Amino acid sequence: MPREGVNIHEYQGKALFREEGVAVQEGVHCTTVDQALEAYDSLGSKIVAVKSQIHAGGRGKGNLYCPDTGDLQMEGGVKIALSRDEVETYSKNILGNILVTKQSGPEGKMVNNLYIEAGCEIAHEYYLALLVDREKDAILVMASTEGGVDIEEVAETTPQAIHKAWTDSSGKLPTGADSAMADSLGLTGVSKDSFKEMLGRLVSMFVSRDCSMVEINPLVRAGDGAMIALDSKISFDDNASFRHPWRAEMRDMSEEEEVEIRANKSGLSYVKLDGNIGCLVNGAGLAMASMDVIKLYGGEPANFLDIGGGANKESITTAFGIILEDPNVEGILVNIFGGIIRCDMVARSIIDASREVGLSVPLVVRFSGTNHEEGRDVLEESSLEVTTVGTLADGAQAIVAATVGVDA
Amino acid sequence: MSIWINESSKVLVQGITGGQGTFHATRMTEYGTDVVGGVTPGKGGQLVNLPGRSVPVYNTMDQAVSETDADVSVIYVPARFAAAAIVEAADAFNEIKGEGLIVCITEGIPILDMIRCIGHISEMPGIRLIGPNCPGIITPGENGGCKVGIMPGYIHAKGRIGIISKSGTLTYEAVAQTMSVGEGQTTCIGIGGDPISGTGFIDCLAAFEDDPETEAVVMIGEIGGTAEEDAAAWAADNFSKPIVGFVAGATAPPGKRMGHAGAIISGGKGTAEEKFSAFEKAGIHIARDPSKIGEVLVSVLIEAGLREP
Repeated sequence: MPREGVNIHEYQGKALFREEGVAVQEGVHCTTVDQALEAYDSLGSKIVAVKSQIHAGGRGKGNLYCPDTGDLQMEGGVKIALSRDEVETYSKNILGNILVTKQSGPEGKMVNNLYIEAGCEIAHEYYLALLVDREKDAILVMASTEGGVDIEEVAETTPQAIHKAWTDSSGKLPTGADSAMADSLGLTGVSKDSFKEMLGRLVSMFVSRDCSMVEINPLVRAGDGAMIALDSKISFDDNASFRHPWRAEMRDMSEEEEVEIRANKSGLSYVKLDGNIGCLVNGAGLAMASMDVIKLYGGEPANFLDIGGGANKESITTAFGIILEDPNVEGILVNIFGGIIRCDMVARSIIDASREVGLSVPLVVRFSGTNHEEGRDVLEESSLEVTTVGTLADGAQAIVAATVGVDA
Repeated sequence: MSIWINESSKVLVQGITGGQGTFHATRMTEYGTDVVGGVTPGKGGQLVNLPGRSVPVYNTMDQAVSETDADVSVIYVPARFAAAAIVEAADAFNEIKGEGLIVCITEGIPILDMIRCIGHISEMPGIRLIGPNCPGIITPGENGGCKVGIMPGYIHAKGRIGIISKSGTLTYEAVAQTMSVGEGQTTCIGIGGDPISGTGFIDCLAAFEDDPETEAVVMIGEIGGTAEEDAAAWAADNFSKPIVGFVAGATAPPGKRMGHAGAIISGGKGTAEEKFSAFEKAGIHIARDPSKIGEVLVSVLIEAGLREP
């Protein structure tokens, strides 16, 4: 399942599971091949799993590529090693290479972290996830006997194989819901007890740590009947980060888009896209609508950018800089509906920013709302080359026309 | 007529002594809103100067509601305290009056705080929450009107169109579109872009259905969740007035949050395309370009026999 919120690696998730008393196998986090071999020796398990650590899912079915040549290095980002030699081979093929999975995007992710985990005798693989159900205003627990496979596929083909339960608003499952879920998974005896205990701990962890998603795929029933979390995919609600200072240490900056972090620091919300028309808009909905209308009139948006309600000259200059860093950008549409933000302030900021960043692509500005006439006057009286328009449709058409025929 | 607020609504401001609270209490009063007081814990007994009036600050919502008999509270407190402020307002309105409207403007409230909050309020039939992370609600009047939120008041005018939207500035765009074709509004509601929130599209549609002055509704959705699909299905069976709909985010890539916490296509679900087709299936008149909402609205009103061609 794709993630929402602040993500952590599997090895970090498993450390949390250990703290919370959720059963996991012994494992060691490594960043070098030597460490991986030491880990193998220390685990004392003949069979181990050698697991690439990136935030995107689908690692097992992903492929590793050499970052320099682009050659295929190895198929599968999660390997079962039956010997010390295999641990060495797999670790070499993983560390420092690019892992491309279904969820990583075609550019993939450089693997800098590895997790070596003791092997486990598997009687059956299950699926278990906790997430926020926005329609029911509750935490949803989903479980299935079809573990180790893509849950979206299960949902598509055999929805009856997915069992669901919801917490109340305080984050507690109704009495008996854990037993009922264990029954529907066909668990009995020690496995049922083990599952109920794990589910209880996961629900309380979800609440106490402000998670937005916890997914265990697969959750396994071991040979002795115990339930073990063989994977962990945990995301946190970023809005609650203020009460969880421990999260800061878990952040892996190499997994985040540097430009998006930089935008965020200036109060901007930015997402890079593949088109050639940059957008600078106030408000998330209007920013999306601006992208949509550009596309509607035959253009391709280069980004989503919401300058936010507290925008000022500095943040608008940063915004222009970020848009123009993208070499694909051949024109910019500014769409501002002034409310608290005044269009004349934005106009002056645009003029300053264009000088500062050396604006050289066509610029179309649409102002509406607070001080839109003053804003237009400021732009028209300046030496800046700019087309001013009255509506979003006119703006989109003007910027599309101005960028058509420009070489990519 | 209008829904939920009108010119006689008495409004409290939670967080009135903060920068945002004072700024917006001032703007609201200028528009004509009857701001009767505010709440900031520890600052009870102070007065806040607003245009043409000074209003008292109370330590608690209990005191504020008891003393002022307010009907509405608007919340401008920081995210980490906002859920507690909603609960305090709900308890005060529920105990003292049995009813009340709470409008939470604050963005960035933790999801689990909101789940607890919604659970608490759901036990109180007379309490309605709008938001969080929303621009608020406005009912334009003959002279001014009642504005509870951060929207620019002057772009609105009294009229016969209801507006419901998840977004802030896109709501203003929709308002401007109605104005461009000579239509005003009964009430405009920004329900907010968070995954967990109070009032939804269906609550608003049900209220507009019962409001005799509202002749048509403009509904603005965005990617993420299934609120638009649910509202469309409900409207097909229960809503008799014309609806013009737009959904933002047709070009948004999957798995990426587009500014609003809830605006994300997750596992291929919540796309603009699904929502547009749910709208069409329910007989909602769609505008693919928000600059055409006015045009579509006019043709829909004429088609419904509500305006002369």
